[in-house]
Amino acid sequence: MEIPAGLRYSKEHEWVATEEEVATIGITDYAQEQLGEIVYVELPAVGDKISKDDAFGVVESVKAVSDIYAPVSGTVVEVNQELPESPEMINEDPYGDGWLIKVKVSDASEIEDLLDHEEYEELVAAEKE
Amino acid sequence: MAGAGKIRRIGMASVQSHKNQPDPNVPHPLVPLIFEESVPGRRGIDLAPREFGSRPAADLIGPQLCRDSLPGMPEVSEPQVLRHFLRLSQLNFAQALQFYPLGSCTMKYNPVLNDECAGLPGFAALHPHTPAHLAQGALELIAELERALMEISGMDAVSLHPAAGAQGELSGLLIIRAWHQQRGHPRHKVIIPDTAHGTNPASSALAGFDVIVARSGKKGLLEAAEIRRLMSDDVAALMVTNPSTLGIFETEIREIADVLHEHGAMLYLDGANFNALLGVAKPGDMGADVVQFNLHKTFSTPHGGGGPGAGPIGVKQHLEPFLPLPRVAKGPQGWYLDTNRPHSIGKLRSFYGNFGMLVRAYAYILALGADGLEQVSRRAILAANYVRERLREHYPSATDEPVMHECVLTHELEKKGVTTLDIAKRLLDFGIHPPTIYFPLVVHGALMIEPTETESRQHLDEFVAAMEQIHAEALEDPQLLKDAPHTLALKRIDEAMAARHPILRWQPKK
Repeated sequence: MEIPAGLRYSKEHEWVATEEEVATIGITDYAQEQLGEIVYVELPAVGDKISKDDAFGVVESVKAVSDIYAPVSGTVVEVNQELPESPEMINEDPYGDGWLIKVKVSDASEIEDLLDHEEYEELVAAEKE
Repeated sequence: MAGAGKIRRIGMASVQSHKNQPDPNVPHPLVPLIFEESVPGRRGIDLAPREFGSRPAADLIGPQLCRDSLPGMPEVSEPQVLRHFLRLSQLNFAQALQFYPLGSCTMKYNPVLNDECAGLPGFAALHPHTPAHLAQGALELIAELERALMEISGMDAVSLHPAAGAQGELSGLLIIRAWHQQRGHPRHKVIIPDTAHGTNPASSALAGFDVIVARSGKKGLLEAAEIRRLMSDDVAALMVTNPSTLGIFETEIREIADVLHEHGAMLYLDGANFNALLGVAKPGDMGADVVQFNLHKTFSTPHGGGGPGAGPIGVKQHLEPFLPLPRVAKGPQGWYLDTNRPHSIGKLRSFYGNFGMLVRAYAYILALGADGLEQVSRRAILAANYVRERLREHYPSATDEPVMHECVLTHELEKKGVTTLDIAKRLLDFGIHPPTIYFPLVVHGALMIEPTETESRQHLDEFVAAMEQIHAEALEDPQLLKDAPHTLALKRIDEAMAARHPILRWQPKK
């Protein structure tokens, strides 16, 4: 299971990559592995506002339907258009082609509050017991 | 450990050790689609010539409503139709054929007596537009069933109107919303624990509420402290299932009700698991303001092909004026349907509920009586705890608390590459319907087992032996589980493909 250094992570198993003030958000390798084969994704539209800790989308796998929680607040500037047709990209490449949305971050300090890869590794280890 | 082949496939061929599996190269006689059985020009019925002659349909209804060509329906004979659907039904798993411990769904035995009563011509042939004075018996049955559910639940009034558990949830939430509105303080939030059934947040959203998730505590229980933490004067209600989806009783429910009531919020008690409480505990005594009953679970009416369900709701006195329309009432002329109720949330369904289901539930309650209903719950609890204890070694329980009517188990077979889904699929080879899997979401790889009250110890032991054999197989030959089921018409189905690219409609071959 992959937890790349350089990304930030939420306790709800989302990853965030920041460039300038735009954050790319996806779900982690661990999350996709737990969910199993993903069959459906519901994402916000460009221009929608999302706020930290609120659900902004839904992923449905053969096992369950799960909310995706916003790791940061901001305005959606881009949505991965290929996911609705090919949700399996999240399973195949969670940190690459399987990204979900890009957000213009409204409060940069929220990113600092997220976990780094070592802290996230500990979180996952604790969940696995 | 049970020897291979020792467990009989109930009612069908026996399960042999996997070395004797049927040859996978020999195709199983699958039932073709009814469209594939179609032969042009074949008809199942013979329309006799009309005594009074016939007129073209276009003359009667106008040419704009008539089609030029046949609608592409299958052209088959009556015996073909009968054989087709009978064969399909034989491929099904059914409570009437097999052990069906599908947790949370309560696939309990549906007594034949229920069907006999619902089939009485006075009920079965009653036209929905029959005037009240000619349907006194049916209306009285409705009133009597309401009274029985009031007594069993400790609530002050019951409406049998909602057509399913989810519609019961929606009705209850609309009532709560209307109550807050009438007091001049509309509220917008509903608290729901993380163990809840998915319908709870869905119903809340449909009723116009935002959902706040309450985290269950260490023992898997909902704690009053958590509710206190989440409380505000915008919280309309807490929606909680008791016993919870983990099969454990929410012991802090009274204290939780007090916290809610102090803040002017309501307690919605989801009665999805009420089958564990009959004659043992009453939602009314727990402080519930609204409760819904799933007649197709607790009161043994069928889960026929996804319906019809029946999801009556019970409320305390202050919410009674808001119950859905119409209400069955008694006046000087006898029973009638009262629609003059200005505070009602209105009509939710045509006519009055799924009446045939109401007759079945009433028959069940009368046949068992108070003592019998209590036995139902106590035996369901005993069966779940028996299975949980017997399976403890290889399938430990998700909680330390004693369970009620169902148990949630886990396993360590993932280290061997064997998933909960593989275990479930292998159970099919034993002629057992698998338990609910991967639910509740708070338990990793959950197996949710609800044996129900009517299974004998012999059947429970057979199930335990099958589960133990599967555990041994997983250690020796994990691939056997990965490829299961081996004995059914269809082998492992690609569920992801079916969900990603569903074929929803038959198309003729070009």
